[in-house]
Amino acid sequence: MSDKHVDEISGVPTTGHEWDGIRELDNPMPRWWVWTFYTTIVWALLYAVAYPAWPLLTGSTEGLLGYSSRSEVRSDLAAADNAKSGYMTAIKEKSIDDIIADEDLRTVAVAAGGAAFKMNCVQCHGSGAEGSKGFPNLNDDDWLWGGSADQIQQTVAHGIRFTKDGETRDSIMPPFADVLDGDQISQVSTFVASLSAPVHNASLVEPGKTVFAENCAACHGDNAKGNKEMGAPDLTDAIWLYGSGEDAIAAQVRAPRVGVMPAWDARLGETAVKELAAFVHSLGGGEK
Amino acid sequence: MQNQDVTRLDAVATNSAASRQPLYARRKKIFPKRASGSFRQFKWIVMAITLGIYYFVPWIRWDRGPFAPDQAVLIDLSSRRFYFFFIEIWPQEFIYVAGLLVMAGIGLFLLTSTVGRAWCGYACPQTVWVDLFLVIERYFEGDRNARMKLDAAPWSFTKLRIRVIKHATWLVVAVLTGGAWIFYFADAPTLARDFLTGNAVPTAYATVAILTATTYVFGGLMREQVCTYMCPWPRIQAAMLDETSLTVTYNDWRGEPRSRHAKRAAASGASVGDCVDCNACVAVCPMGIDIRDGQQLECITCALCIDACDDVMGRLGKERGLISYSTLNEYNANMDIATRSGTCGVTPELVRSPDGTFSDKLAHFHIGKLLRLRTFIYFGAWSAVGVSIAFALATRDRLELNVLHDRNPQFVQLSDGAIRNGYTVKLLNMVPQPRTVVLKLDEDFSGASMTVAGAGATNVLETEVTLEPDRLKTIRVFVRADPKDLPGGANAFEFVVTDPSTGERAEYTATFNSPEKPQ
Repeated sequence: MSDKHVDEISGVPTTGHEWDGIRELDNPMPRWWVWTFYTTIVWALLYAVAYPAWPLLTGSTEGLLGYSSRSEVRSDLAAADNAKSGYMTAIKEKSIDDIIADEDLRTVAVAAGGAAFKMNCVQCHGSGAEGSKGFPNLNDDDWLWGGSADQIQQTVAHGIRFTKDGETRDSIMPPFADVLDGDQISQVSTFVASLSAPVHNASLVEPGKTVFAENCAACHGDNAKGNKEMGAPDLTDAIWLYGSGEDAIAAQVRAPRVGVMPAWDARLGETAVKELAAFVHSLGGGEK
Repeated sequence: MQNQDVTRLDAVATNSAASRQPLYARRKKIFPKRASGSFRQFKWIVMAITLGIYYFVPWIRWDRGPFAPDQAVLIDLSSRRFYFFFIEIWPQEFIYVAGLLVMAGIGLFLLTSTVGRAWCGYACPQTVWVDLFLVIERYFEGDRNARMKLDAAPWSFTKLRIRVIKHATWLVVAVLTGGAWIFYFADAPTLARDFLTGNAVPTAYATVAILTATTYVFGGLMREQVCTYMCPWPRIQAAMLDETSLTVTYNDWRGEPRSRHAKRAAASGASVGDCVDCNACVAVCPMGIDIRDGQQLECITCALCIDACDDVMGRLGKERGLISYSTLNEYNANMDIATRSGTCGVTPELVRSPDGTFSDKLAHFHIGKLLRLRTFIYFGAWSAVGVSIAFALATRDRLELNVLHDRNPQFVQLSDGAIRNGYTVKLLNMVPQPRTVVLKLDEDFSGASMTVAGAGATNVLETEVTLEPDRLKTIRVFVRADPKDLPGGANAFEFVVTDPSTGERAEYTATFNSPEKPQ
């Protein structure tokens, strides 16, 4: 060992090493520091026993306190569910009309439905429920199958033309390409277009009216106002699912396209369906 | 080489190892002697007023009706309201508090540039509580000499008893101090009952515990060290002083040369100043400094040394004011007289006439010297902020309206061809009374009508909305208009809300979006 060397200026022993005349003072560590250090060691040992710490082959030791972050999340979620259980029970038990009539319940249901909408519906109907060609805009006041809250609930629950659900809303418009000749199709398309907008060839309107009465009125009604019982759209308004104008109408007459909406009852449950219906009803087009 | 010829210079490094002082200095205990006099009297009054305000304000009641708390001053953090007598402030009106802080800042400039560190000496909580703690210390341990004796005495049962009682009393004051603070944040009587029965929120206990600890440590144990080492104010305030600011000054021009044996010295023909070097000024100083060393960072200008010195001067039959509030300008002018512009030491004969009265060439402070451009600018800025706040407060709106346009969809086409836009309308009823207001579309927006979701009003031009007291109400409003009446694209219009009973009115310029029309 090197000689004991004491620094002349400070009177403190040095570590005995020397680098080009520079020596390191060997001051004792501050007592508070030493005790803090010992405390952390004790703390670490206790912690390793009390909490999950030591890795094992398929997991880790569980610790005496039995703490796990996963169970903490579980209990937090349970607490959150518990906090809103009063509303959830009420929504489950009440009818959609009663829910909408109650301001508090409506607020909760609309918020919950909005969340469910963003998870399940925006893929087709858009994030603002604004729809697109072939997918109805849910903000407007035009409803194929009815816009009252219980009608919306029915549609969400059982879907449209969704064959796996026995109660699904179902209707099909037959293709008229084989039934009507080309002239008749232009005539009836022009007539339908004329119900909501000016048309190019007004001379086709009168003959088209006859074609409409013979072929279309059965479903769409004598006044072309549609029939919500069978999902036949109102042809007199400004809203067109597959495009407006004579050409788009003619294409739809020849070979109609229809959409399919899945049933959500089985997938989301009745409460979520009610919430979705309340949300869609709140968008501005909901009927009484 | 040739270094034999090099001259050795007489230079020493300012921080040479031989003269270097350690950075850590041990505290020297201070045992301030009790002073009495006009400044001490003034400090008692300031202490009574400031402590009185602090402890009793939360207990003042102020009737605001059944829908708001009846505490005159209340910072209600949980419902985000601040009540100050007849004023109620919502979080977005915090600008008024910011204005008060600006005023406090400029006010401090004004105060410091005129009367020096008066804040430190009289009104600072540290000063006030240290004063209070010293009163307690004196009550149990006696004045300066008794305390020094007790401190030097070996530990005995009596010393232990006195010390325990003193610290216990300090702790009681500290608890009361911390305890008073929480009453500003909740209904005081309710909180007091909950606090004593153990039912108050943990935050309340934690706050009291922390403030108890800080009061006890700062006011009882650390005292002057807080001012000297912790507080930034001494540095900042010192920068705001100038040669026309009042500071506590030892007037060397009449005090020097000081002598403990003035009569003997005078008898032997030596000229002596007024200072008898009795050290009374040092003994009373709560900061433990000697004002005769000149202006110092540590001096909080509490003026107790003036009281002590005036007392001594009075007993010696000399003019008071050997230590006085004085400006640097007068001090310098008088020093010039006393030293013949620095050509000799302080000579008492130069400031006194042969008959013993002061020379009439001496400069004296008068209040007019405080009126100068700098103080006028400070006062102007201070009052401008104050008047602006008062005006804004008097004319502020208590009914407000905010409108958010739906992000998606921007507009909806309806079956009859009309265009509909959705809005989230927020109505702020900022008074603690319920009221019914009228929401309407401005008249210029022709052909438009609105529907309030869930409220039953459909396609109307105006509708009544009932607002809860002191609450914000959010409603969904759909506005529809015929595109034939619109130029297309975005159209600005106004939502207007009025209170028919008071005539209050608020407007919000919103946008109605519609499809672009082909040119």
